[in-house]
Amino acid sequence: MLGSYRAELLKLRKRSAVWVLFGAGLVLSLVFGYLLPYLGYATGDDNQQTSGVPRAQVLRGLLPERVLDNTIGGFPVFAGALALVLGAIVVGGEYTWGTLKTILTQKPGRGAMLAGQLLGLLTMLAVWVLGTFVACALCSVGIAAAENAPMSWPGAVDILQALAGGWLVLTMWCLAGVVLAVAFRNVALPIGLGVVWILGVEALLAGVVSSLLPALEFLSDAMPGANAGALVFSVTGMIAADAPPGVRDAVSGERALLTLLGYTLVFALLAAVTTRRRDVV
Amino acid sequence: MSETAAPLVEVTGLTKRYGDTLAVNGVDLTVRPGEVYGFLGPNGAGKTTTLRILTGLIAPTSGTVRVLGGAPGQAQVLARTGSMIESPAFYPYLSGLDNLRLLAEYAEVPRARIHEVLALVDLTDRARDRFSTYSLGMKQRLGVAAALLKDPELVILDEPTNGLDPAGMRDMRRLIRELGADGRTVLLSSHLLGEVQQICDRVGIISEGKMVAEHNVEELRGQQELVIRAAPRESARSVLTEALGADTVHLYDDTLRVKVAPDRAAEVNRVLVEAGIAVSELRSTERALEDVFFELTTTQPEEKADVG
Ligand SMILES: Nc1ncnc2c1ncn2[C@@H]1O[C@H](COP(=O)(O)OP(=O)(O)O)[C@@H](O)[C@H]1O
Ligand SMILES: [Mg+2]
Repeated sequence: MLGSYRAELLKLRKRSAVWVLFGAGLVLSLVFGYLLPYLGYATGDDNQQTSGVPRAQVLRGLLPERVLDNTIGGFPVFAGALALVLGAIVVGGEYTWGTLKTILTQKPGRGAMLAGQLLGLLTMLAVWVLGTFVACALCSVGIAAAENAPMSWPGAVDILQALAGGWLVLTMWCLAGVVLAVAFRNVALPIGLGVVWILGVEALLAGVVSSLLPALEFLSDAMPGANAGALVFSVTGMIAADAPPGVRDAVSGERALLTLLGYTLVFALLAAVTTRRRDVV
Repeated sequence: MSETAAPLVEVTGLTKRYGDTLAVNGVDLTVRPGEVYGFLGPNGAGKTTTLRILTGLIAPTSGTVRVLGGAPGQAQVLARTGSMIESPAFYPYLSGLDNLRLLAEYAEVPRARIHEVLALVDLTDRARDRFSTYSLGMKQRLGVAAALLKDPELVILDEPTNGLDPAGMRDMRRLIRELGADGRTVLLSSHLLGEVQQICDRVGIISEGKMVAEHNVEELRGQQELVIRAAPRESARSVLTEALGADTVHLYDDTLRVKVAPDRAAEVNRVLVEAGIAVSELRSTERALEDVFFELTTTQPEEKADVG
């Protein structure tokens, strides 16, 4: 299994698409987390972007104190979609290239191969989360220095909790991509379906339920995106007014954590069972 | 090669059904240690399906399969088997070298082996280029290199010369013969009779999912004939009958047909010339094996009717 893991890391490390996805996630985080708000702050209080929000509050959101909001605030929706794409291209690629047979005839069992693959993805997602955190921290330090604002950091436990939560959110979406790729033995279809789900269906459902069908709230509250948003909301301790799209207190933090773990486990099991049983043609 | 040693591959009554398609239908197949076995059949006969089952990629519908004394796909069986099934599949964005590196991780073989197999298939110079830039011949050779990574006792190659140009085919065949000469057991599938005849010791012929014949290649060669045009024909016939026996010689159209292996052509020629007979043509019937092949692999209309 260690061999499968090392092989997977080699494949991931040398694949430019993986780094393009990371780069896109990072750019999104920095542009929406720091660049645009800071421009809004710096260009005065009559600016559209700050209408209704006091400038001091905008600045506070950019300082090290709130670095976690900006690090993982985009994970439930935008980075989540990118993580899903990652899972789909990595596992779907084995099917479209036919490399599954090349691997499996070497020696690793199917379970070991998939385990190595999932561990490799988890590792890359951890790198992604840490990389985003470091970049966001640097931005917030820069802004605090430029504005002569206080540099107080969240506690170590809060940081760990938020990074772990963000990691779980990305992992859950990535495995959704994996399980779709296994189901369809393909890359494009899982990406299409997954991205439509994350960016469209979840928001639509939540909207319909809250405005027209409150009786179905239990359904929208069980959705992976809603729980991802709730976990991020809970671990960052965000103010509802500051929360980016998809981040809200749909359910409690504990419930969101358990639901996400459940989804992650179910996706992994589905992928494993299907991979082990099915003919490789 | 020992006929009594336990077979490396032992298949009985193997069947694989895909929906309504019976891809493999009651195949029996035995590959003995040290032999180069040719698995011959036209496209769609069920060769790849059988080989996928032998490597554990797909599960049989019924039948028993033993490979190296174990079940196909078991780790200890795969560790001693190297295979290339259908077209070579690698990561297009990685170099040939990196592709082998990661396969070596999967196979748990030392890195030093990578350079040995690259040299074996003559890819060392291009090893650092991306797989996507390789010609078909290079891709096939990389596939064979991957199959040899584990230094396997049993090598399974599925139509390794498919799509190659004549020079590529020649090199690939030489490589396979060398593998056989090294004492490895090779199971080679092909739809080309001549190829199997050149490379293999034994041949099993499959058609529409069924094994229709299994022969020593030597035996098949023995069924070949020499075609002779000589004058005067009747004296030629009596000279040859005397030298080779009455069963061996017969008249066909205006030629004499002599049932001897092609490598005895010179001897036959000498006998005739020494008897003062003018030989205007002497060739082996290349078609004889093809005839056997077509006879065995073409379903007769009435059989088709039986099958429904
Ligand atoms: N995955 C599959 N699904 C359905 N039919 C298949 C599949 N693979 C092969 N077949 C069918 O099984 C038969 C044998 O195919 P194959 O083993 O690939 O033949 P060969 O390798 O001798 O050319 C063919 O009729 C083919 O169409
Ligand atoms: Mg085939």
